[in-house]
Amino acid sequence: MYRDRLRDHLVLIVGVIVMMGPILVAITTSSYDRVYIHNHGMQIGWGGNFLETYRNVLFYKGGFSGEVTGALMAMNSAILGIGFAVGKIVVSMLAAYAIVYFRFPLGTFFFWVIFSTLLLPLEVRILPSYEVVQQMGLLNSYTGLILPLIASATGTFYFRQFFRSVPDELVEAARIDGAGPFRFFIDILVPLSKTMMAAIFIIMFVVGWNQYLWPILITTDEHYFTLVRGIKQVLQVYIGADIPEYNEALAMAILAMLPPGLVIVVFQRMFIKGLVETEK
Amino acid sequence: MKTLDIRNVVKRYPNGTLAVKGVNVAVEEGELVVFVGPSGCGKSTLLRMIAGLEDVTEGEIELAGRVVNDIEPAERNIAMVFQNYALYPHMTVRGNLSYGLRNRGLPKDEIARKVAEAARILQIEEYLDRKPRQLSGGQRQRVAMGRAIVRDPAIFLFDEPLSNLDAKLRNQMRLELKQLQRRLRTAAIYVTHDQVEAMTLADRIVVLNAGEVEQIGTPEEVYESPASTFVAGFIGAPPMNLLEVVVEGGVALVGGERVAVASRHAGPAILGIRPERVQIDPEGAHEMEVEAVEELGATRLVHARLGNQPFTITQDAREARPGDRFRVTIPPGEVSLFDRGTGRRI
Repeated sequence: MYRDRLRDHLVLIVGVIVMMGPILVAITTSSYDRVYIHNHGMQIGWGGNFLETYRNVLFYKGGFSGEVTGALMAMNSAILGIGFAVGKIVVSMLAAYAIVYFRFPLGTFFFWVIFSTLLLPLEVRILPSYEVVQQMGLLNSYTGLILPLIASATGTFYFRQFFRSVPDELVEAARIDGAGPFRFFIDILVPLSKTMMAAIFIIMFVVGWNQYLWPILITTDEHYFTLVRGIKQVLQVYIGADIPEYNEALAMAILAMLPPGLVIVVFQRMFIKGLVETEK
Repeated sequence: MKTLDIRNVVKRYPNGTLAVKGVNVAVEEGELVVFVGPSGCGKSTLLRMIAGLEDVTEGEIELAGRVVNDIEPAERNIAMVFQNYALYPHMTVRGNLSYGLRNRGLPKDEIARKVAEAARILQIEEYLDRKPRQLSGGQRQRVAMGRAIVRDPAIFLFDEPLSNLDAKLRNQMRLELKQLQRRLRTAAIYVTHDQVEAMTLADRIVVLNAGEVEQIGTPEEVYESPASTFVAGFIGAPPMNLLEVVVEGGVALVGGERVAVASRHAGPAILGIRPERVQIDPEGAHEMEVEAVEELGATRLVHARLGNQPFTITQDAREARPGDRFRVTIPPGEVSLFDRGTGRRI
């Protein structure tokens, strides 16, 4: 018993070291200045430059236009992450609601059509998607960043399964209580789906926050750059002999990792609750 | 005055299944009518049609003086209590009770008054701010009834509301439900497959079988003079003895036995007699052998044979053992005769 637990913990500790090691090194290295890193490589000790580096990353106006700060990029990332997650939840809930509660011709067929879009991820349809967004004049806008991504087969599938497990009697009781389709959705289904929504929000927020390919295509204006993109931007050297800002790039990577990490830590319990149990 | 009048109602599902085949039932003001029958007999379908949850294929349902066939459930002035309570899990008890009233747009103070009144009647005042999952089965059942009461409906519809409770609580809730309905003087329909529930609750029983009405009557009528062999076998535990006989001149022949009947019918028939109406009598005309005995506590169920057909007798005495022989008398006044082909009472 005791030996089993010891073994379990050893495995976990090794896992944690393997997973967290690089992040720790990134944090420690980012506390040195760029010249030192250039000469001596990654560091495990503590340099004295920590606060200055992070202040620079967050508030120093850099980039080509000289107007972009890390804080602005963080905000862009947040807008993308939240817009992406909320959009996906709204769209997939409505789609699932229609599929489960309304009888319309070929309903099941349309569900499987939606489901089959899982086979067509963004990377496959990137050219036509770009073409559409471009023609709608949505390049360099938050709408262009978010809107084309919010259709979600996975979300629709999850909500469909959830709605199907809501007892029919509840629907009927609501009908007798005079709740029309809209009221039923708002008053009954949405509150019942709360934990489910939280779980999907977390997953989708992280996915949205980490988007890389799509933002690169859609935004060329630095004011719409996200943190994830910013990392590369920092490393870009405009004058050949200059030493890249290694410390700032690492600092930005850490900053880019923080919000999704925080979201998961804070919502972890709700997340698990949403996956394993539902209030019915 | 009739609260509810169901006229020639038919339910045909899109796949062609006939669930209800032309049913006529009327519910008088303040009356508690029980629909009873085996599963699949159409009793729940009928109830759901009255509630408006199912479309009526043919016929008319008239509630409180107007035909409600095409009226939405919420506009019908009915209240329904579901088998699994169907409480809104995310709302408090108060929220559950008031939700329908809020949707009707009633003023706040009137809602509060009605909720308080219902809570007082059902003694659930202290739970008003709890969520359904914090309540026991019996308490949830009360809340479900409360939700029906606050609507102040023309008729209550109960869809096997007690079947999820344990036996003891079920008996208690059954009594409460009956007293409550008496007190409110509101008509009610109660659907169940449990004939004991039907007998104890009903002012009148509607026995349904395969989508058709077998018999409508008071519990006593249904028990004492079942209209068909189906009713005879369904109502009463143990069920009525049903024997294939040939009747001639006031005597039914069962194998070699001759049973006197008070009927001028002649020819083949089915003879019915309740097990507890058979008298053990040392002078009796029929001798039989105990095959098995079932102990029921207050009484014993003795399985024997009459004219080589299975025959049960309820008796109080303890002495019966398998293999014992005894004699019985079958009082002619207690005998029912049914047609062999149609199963209807003769």
